[in-house]
Amino acid sequence: MIKITVESDLSTGTETSARADGRAFNELRPLKISAGVLERADGSAYLEMGGNKVLVAVYGPRELHIRHMMQPDKAVLRCRYNMAPFSVDDRKRPGPDRRSVEISKITSEALTPAVFLEKFPRSTIDVFIEVLEAEGGTRCAGITAASVALADAGIPMRDIVVACAAGKSNGQVVMDLSEAEDKEGEADLPIAMMPRTGEITLLQMDGHLTGEEFERAIDLAVEGCMKISEEQKKAIKERYGD
Amino acid sequence: MVSIIPEITRESVVYLIKEGKRADGRAFDEYREVSLETGVINKAEGSAKVKLGNTQLVVGAKTQIAEPFSDTPKMGVLMTNSELLPMAAPNFEPGPPDENSVELSRVTDRCIREGKVVDLEKLCIIEGKKVWMIFLDIHVLDYDGNLQDAAVLGAVAALMNTKVPTATVENDEVILDHEKMIPLPFNEKALMCTFAKIGDELVLDPSLEEEEIMDARISIGMRADGSICAMQKGGKKPITRDEILKAVNIAKNKTEELRKYLE
Repeated sequence: MIKITVESDLSTGTETSARADGRAFNELRPLKISAGVLERADGSAYLEMGGNKVLVAVYGPRELHIRHMMQPDKAVLRCRYNMAPFSVDDRKRPGPDRRSVEISKITSEALTPAVFLEKFPRSTIDVFIEVLEAEGGTRCAGITAASVALADAGIPMRDIVVACAAGKSNGQVVMDLSEAEDKEGEADLPIAMMPRTGEITLLQMDGHLTGEEFERAIDLAVEGCMKISEEQKKAIKERYGD
Repeated sequence: MVSIIPEITRESVVYLIKEGKRADGRAFDEYREVSLETGVINKAEGSAKVKLGNTQLVVGAKTQIAEPFSDTPKMGVLMTNSELLPMAAPNFEPGPPDENSVELSRVTDRCIREGKVVDLEKLCIIEGKKVWMIFLDIHVLDYDGNLQDAAVLGAVAALMNTKVPTATVENDEVILDHEKMIPLPFNEKALMCTFAKIGDELVLDPSLEEEEIMDARISIGMRADGSICAMQKGGKKPITRDEILKAVNIAKNKTEELRKYLE
């Protein structure tokens, strides 16, 4: 794990750039991914994006102890998204809340289509996502890092799932909302996709967008995914060579 | 989920120690490589990341204004909590803290509290009404033995790194000045040394392998002047008086050695 100090204090908007942190409408926050950062886990990845710091560990395929979850013909992919108590401005009480349970579920569903689960009947692959610091877009950061950790664990996959959000802030459709933009903004549209086929494996939206704005937002989110996908591949290559 | 230790591992570790050696080539009183970084989490008022060999944890300090406990109306509140995350080891399960996690946070808390690392009395704003409350959260990311020493080192480093806004009282109201951030009233760098008893020997900073097969464990918390501020014996087998005294003796030099990382 390497530390970058990212300035996360955003002022709210009299600058010349339409975005509070001065980014272009289709510009990502600074992104860094590294694979294989933990000793005990079968696979791991650490991701920093803007002020987000996310660590993911993968265990498995391994024996599944909860019998009723067991699938006779394939593995199950379980995800646990968890925020550190110190990751947000006001201390978060440890343990799962409704938000993290939902994110865990959709993360698992976002990753599942890419994994050859049928190769490991009756077993489980466990993905643990720890948000060490949150600055908007942690679910996307979690999914992006989780795919790298799955690859690091040597789990056979059809593709490396990647996630990115787009949304509307200050009346403008923009890529990769920051925390301030998400809070103040009019809409948020996180997606996850398999870049090889372009298929979308996660889509959520809240806020208001016209049909035309939605189309632009989804195109921007896909464009963001494609850029992040390159960084994922770079992280894996850095760990294992070409 | 239990972890099963192969008999061959047990035999080889015990045999090596009998020969005066350790599997990773360390001396009996030698720490693994220590790395310490502070200020790693911008959203926390204080933070530290510790690496002890391959054991890794992050400690974050969050502060807020709260009511003091009724029996200590003039003292700030310190809460220490730890989570053995399921990512840290294959046999760690998600869910509320288990007994190991509770022991880790309680022993860490004791070392910091009794070692008077922070002057809690100076954290009082309005007696009986408003005090600073510090939450220390120990987030265990990778478990490769000896969480205890790493947790205390990280906790002390995070506290040293913590800054709170200046608080002034006007008409019984607390006014916070976020422009003027001040460090906590820091007293003392109390640190902890943990030994595993294996056969007739004591080894410092037990690795995962050594912890899995150890007979007993002893942790010693010590202040800079060499006085003892906390202790905990663990493990299913007994330990002798002489062994405890020997551990205390070694801990004097070794806590001093760890203290250098806090400069």
